[in-house]
Order: sequence, then C-alpha cells, then structure tokens
Amino acid sequence: MENITVKVNGVEISVPKGTTVLEAAHMAGFEIPTLCYMKEINEIGACRICIVEVNEGRGFRLVASCVYPCTNNMEILTASPKVIESRKKTLELILSTHDRKCLSCVRSGNCELQKLCRDYGIEDATKYDGANNTYEIDDSAAHMYRDNNKCILCRRCVAVCSKTQGIGVIGANERGFKTYIGSAFDMGLGETSCVSCGQCIAVCPVGALSEKDYTKEVMSAIADPEKTVLVQTAPAVRAAIAECFDNPIGTNGEGKMVAALRRLGFDKVFDTDFAADLTIMEEANEFIDRVKNGGKLPLITSCSPGWVKYCEHYFPDMTENLSSCKSPQQMFGATAKTYYAEKMGLDPKNIVMVSIMPCTAKKFEIGRDDQSAAGVPDVDYALTTRELARMIKRAGINFNALPDEKFDEPLGLSTGAGVIFGATGGVMEAALRTAVYTLTGENPIDFPEVRGTDGIKEATYNVAGMDVKVAVASGLANARELLEKVQSGEADYQFIEIMGCPGGCVNGGGQPQVEMGIRNFVDIREKRAKVLYDLDASMPIRQSHENPAIKAVYAEYFGEPGSHKAHEVLHTSYVKRSVN
Amino acid sequence: MNSAKSTVPFKGTKEQEAQLLAVIEEKKGMQGALMPILQKAQEIYGYLPIEVQKIISDNTGIPMEKIYGVVTFYAQFSLYPKGEYTISVCLGTACYVKGSGDIYEKLQEKLGIAGGECTADGKFSLEACRCIGACGLAPVLTVNEDVYGRLTVDDVDKIIEKYTA
Repeated sequence: MENITVKVNGVEISVPKGTTVLEAAHMAGFEIPTLCYMKEINEIGACRICIVEVNEGRGFRLVASCVYPCTNNMEILTASPKVIESRKKTLELILSTHDRKCLSCVRSGNCELQKLCRDYGIEDATKYDGANNTYEIDDSAAHMYRDNNKCILCRRCVAVCSKTQGIGVIGANERGFKTYIGSAFDMGLGETSCVSCGQCIAVCPVGALSEKDYTKEVMSAIADPEKTVLVQTAPAVRAAIAECFDNPIGTNGEGKMVAALRRLGFDKVFDTDFAADLTIMEEANEFIDRVKNGGKLPLITSCSPGWVKYCEHYFPDMTENLSSCKSPQQMFGATAKTYYAEKMGLDPKNIVMVSIMPCTAKKFEIGRDDQSAAGVPDVDYALTTRELARMIKRAGINFNALPDEKFDEPLGLSTGAGVIFGATGGVMEAALRTAVYTLTGENPIDFPEVRGTDGIKEATYNVAGMDVKVAVASGLANARELLEKVQSGEADYQFIEIMGCPGGCVNGGGQPQVEMGIRNFVDIREKRAKVLYDLDASMPIRQSHENPAIKAVYAEYFGEPGSHKAHEVLHTSYVKRSVN
Repeated sequence: MNSAKSTVPFKGTKEQEAQLLAVIEEKKGMQGALMPILQKAQEIYGYLPIEVQKIISDNTGIPMEKIYGVVTFYAQFSLYPKGEYTISVCLGTACYVKGSGDIYEKLQEKLGIAGGECTADGKFSLEACRCIGACGLAPVLTVNEDVYGRLTVDDVDKIIEKYTA
C-alpha cells in the first residue's frame, strides 16, 4: 500500500494512505481525546472533542481528527493553544445540558467526560447553563437504567446496538435541541426486543446507562443470620475484576477475588466453572443423543442469556435448536438448592444464591420461567463484575494486597474445560473434549480451530468415522449471519456455539468499562481471553467428565447425564417472542 | 406495545395495506429506501402511526426505532392523523406579535393535545403555520377553509363551540 508522510507536532512519520489524523497521531505517540468515536462502528465526527489543527499547504485549520484522512506532507498540531481552547469550549457546551450529579454518579472516577473536564481544567461547569430538557429515568428493563439527563448524545450505545449486535432497539429520536436516545414510540426498553446484553452500558462514556445495582440487597442478605449466602463466580469475572483495582487489562484476579468474596462475608465461595463442567456433561449427552436419535440439529448452545433472548425474538423458529440445558449460572443455583441443600441439611428457602457475572442479561435470566428447580428461584441476585468491585471498595478491602485463595469445595472444583466457557469458542472446545471422549475413548484436549476472536469460526472434526461440522459465533450480528446461512440450507452444521457479546463473556456487558481511547487500539477480548486459556493450560484436569466433584454429583444425585432427575433440575424451556 | 402515541383508533384498510406493500416491494432493494417508502406511506394513510411503521419494519427488516427516528426527525412526517377539522394558527411575525402564541397555547390546553396532534375523537387536529398573507387581520387562524381574524384568547371557546355543535 502507498505510504505518505505527515508531521505530528513536529514528529515526522510515514503512514499508509487512508490513515486518519487520529490514527497517525497515535502512531507518532500522541493520544487525541475522543467521546463519540468507536473504530469502525461509530465514525461520525459528531462530538468535536478530537479536533486538531492541520495544515495542508493552505494554513492551519481545525478538523475532526477521527474522520479526517491524512494527506501527504500534512502538518498536524494535536495540542496547540487553539486546539485546547476549542476542546474546552466543546466541553463547556456539553456540560450545559449534562446533569452534573458527579458526587452520586455510578461512573464518578471512571467517567470519560469527567476525566476530560479535569484534564482540560474546566473551571466553570455552569458557563453556558440555560434552557434544558428533563427526562424520566427508564427503569422498565430487568437489567438496566437509562438516564437521558446525563446522556451526551455520542451515539456509542446506538452504534453498538445496531451494528455490533444487529438489533437497533435504541436510536436518536426528534431533532436539534430536542434530540434524545430512546426506542420507537417511546417504548420503555423493557417493552422492546432488547436482549439485555448490556453492550450499550459497556461503551457509554458517562453515567447515562448503568446496570440495576443489587449490592445493597446482597449485603443485607449477608447480614441476615437466618440466611446461608452462597456465591458463584463466572469464568470471565476473574479475567477482568483486577482492572477495577488499577491492574492492567489481562490480569488474572481469581485468587484475590475469592479472598475478597470471603472477606465480604459470603458463607461459601463457589465457582460457576463447576456448573460449566456440569453443562458440558448434559450438553454433550444431548448432542450425542440428538445425532444418534435423529433429534433437531444443529444443536445450539444456551449458555448466553442475551443470545437465548435474541433467538426467541429474532429466530423464534429456531428455539427447538437451542439446547434444553439451563445456563451454567442457573444450573449452579439449581444444584445448590437441591443437591447441596440436601447434602448439607439446608432449607432451600434459606439459601440466598448470588452470582457474579460478566453479564447484564443474567439479571433478566434469573427471572425467567422454568428456572426454579427447588420451588424457589435458582438464583436470587445476579451481580455484574462492576457491582462486585463496588462492594469490595465499599467494604474497604485492599484487593491488591489480598492473598490468593481457593474456592470452597465441592461446588468450587472445576476443570480447564469449565474456565474457557468465558471466551468465544470455549464452550464448543469443552464440549468437544467430552463428546470425543464419550464416542471414541480418546482424549484430545486442544481444538485451536475454534479459538480466537474472529466473529465466526468453522471447523470439521472426524469423530468415530463421522464428520462433525461445528461453528462458533460471537456478537449477535455475526450470529444472525450464521443462522441465516443455516436457515437457507447453505450451511449444515451439527453443533453451533453462540455467545451474545463479541469475543464472548470476557467482553460481556457487565465487565469493567474500558475507556474508548484504549479500546480503539487494544483488543480487550484477546487480552482477557488469554487469562482463561492460560488458566486452562495450567490446570491438572482439563476435561469436564474428569472433574471429581462432577463424578460425585452424578453418583450421589443425578444418576447419569440426561436422567429424569437431571432433566427436572438442569434443563429448561423457551418461548417465542415478537420483534418490537 | 402500549406506548403507541396516537390515541385515535387506526382505521387502515386492506386496500391501503396492499398499496403500501406494493411500494415496499418496489423500493426495498434500493439504497436509502426508507425515505421514499415513508413518503408514500404518508400519502396512502395521511400519517404514520405505529401500525404503519410496523408494516414497514416487518417487510423491510429495518428496526422500528430507526424508522421512528427518521419520522420524528423530519417535520413533514406526522405521527397523528388530520382531524375532521384542522385548526391552523399563524405564528408568523405579525400574528405572533399580536398574541397568536397565546391563542395557540390556549387551543392546546382546550383540546388537550400538543401542536401536530389530533384529539382522540378524531374531530380536531392542531398545527402551527407561518404567514398566510392576512397580516392585516392578525392574529389569524383557520379551521379547514374558514378564516378567523383579529382574535383574542377569549374567542377560542366560541370558535371551537361552532364545530362541536
């Protein structure tokens, strides 16, 4: 590709033709602040924070660097007095319609707008105060709030919903000063076909979008002597929780997270990875059963509640393809309130099951029908990784100084197969490890074809003389592309793994927010997934069926995978929903 | 979907729907099809209620919100039908300085609707317009073809009464 030369703040560099000014500055070592810009999906040049001065031979002028392409011999100034003045004015204007409740805002401390105001020395936030719109907070969805009083109209949520996820239940309504982000005909988000993935929250630069916080309820349960409060943590949480305590992206926080949960007062600290192993036992069995007995194929995984809800809304004809297995979160709660309760002599009504999830759709999932094996909800509270970090900070626990501790037994025992559930391809790989063993008695561990952050992956494995065609998709726009191929008959897979969020749970809607200035240049999916694959490689047992706690739970309680009892406790049903 | 904005019952016919479906079929493949489809849809139905937007969404695959966003962006698209009587208040400069703003407000209050909307019984719709060239009579409003001039806020009741009798 043809290269051109530009000078960024006097530093000369050579960049490929087509490079934007923002990217060229990054290459030269200068970061330009942004608010609306998201690489590839929201390149709209709307917020004007990324303004810089460029000279293309006709003198310096201000342009939006995120969308302005470099030209040969261009001179770029990223922080001249004129640039700084312009950015300050833009910030002051944004603040004029922003509800500045910084003291009580959930994003205080990691708000991108707040950080810019500090960096640029905004002294008077009220400078352009005047007429303003006020909006009611939308709390209609199970998982989140929308507070448009804090919205800065960057449209990052809109882009991620319509482009990354292919859903588009939110967008800009009205125009000019009256513009607001909402749904068609002002429906509450809960009335739309929103799937609760929470990707909008993960990309919101301010506190306009946030999960429904249940930390207070959980702390009250812990303080109640009548209750036994159990906690389970999803695989992907350990890959990101340390970020909330100033550790680099890709830090394994498992041991300290366990220690912190114990210090918060949970009676037992268990691991959703155990239930991931349990899911594999049931799902591999279901797959083999469907293949042998002419059941509905392809079988599609059901671990991701955002994906499940998406399927119910947008592919209602394919709900029979969904595995009847509950998700690991729900299997865990169901097992805890039946098997474990019985074993320990506990009344399931007195067990409070808390789950820590990288996910906001889990908040929706706990309220679904057919998710109460013991006559009470399988899971009582689903908290996000962010909520857990909030609890740890509030309790004054010095996370980074904690010792590394281990999960409690028996429901804290897991394998390498369980931990990779948190990354795209992980469920498929874990299932293949057990399915191949069940069919052939062989023990292959690595299935590299289904690893990696590609949106759609395909592979064919020859197992016991039969070609097994599998596919893996993450991000719902990718899922749609894959399913349309299946529906048209263009593809004939037997087994498909779908995760609602791009890259899988490691990049879930409940994970710590990463500033877009970093996200635009660093693949957080890959860094967090590496934590999980490293853990997998380091574990002594890497196949679900080898987990001694899993063997015990079948020997003592369920009998065998797919048994009547297992169906009662570990499986569920789906509904067909409409698109709104 | 209980947040449909218009409270006037939808009276779309099978013929109108067939017409709309034909338009969608014709335009659907082209780039930027939504605008011409919406323009035609408004021609067919007179306005773009949730029922019409739903037909467009279901048959184009364009999310409802995207359609609604476009409809609310452009002033020429309406979510509300025209009433039996369209009251149009001139907010042009001459009428405005003579107090037509107060008259417009009084009408909104009296009819219980905002500008651009239609009463639930389908009787009145209210809109603002710019100069109609009768500045000598300012402030002016029209009800369908009837013109009323030199108005005060107190005249509003009488005018409405005339059409409700």
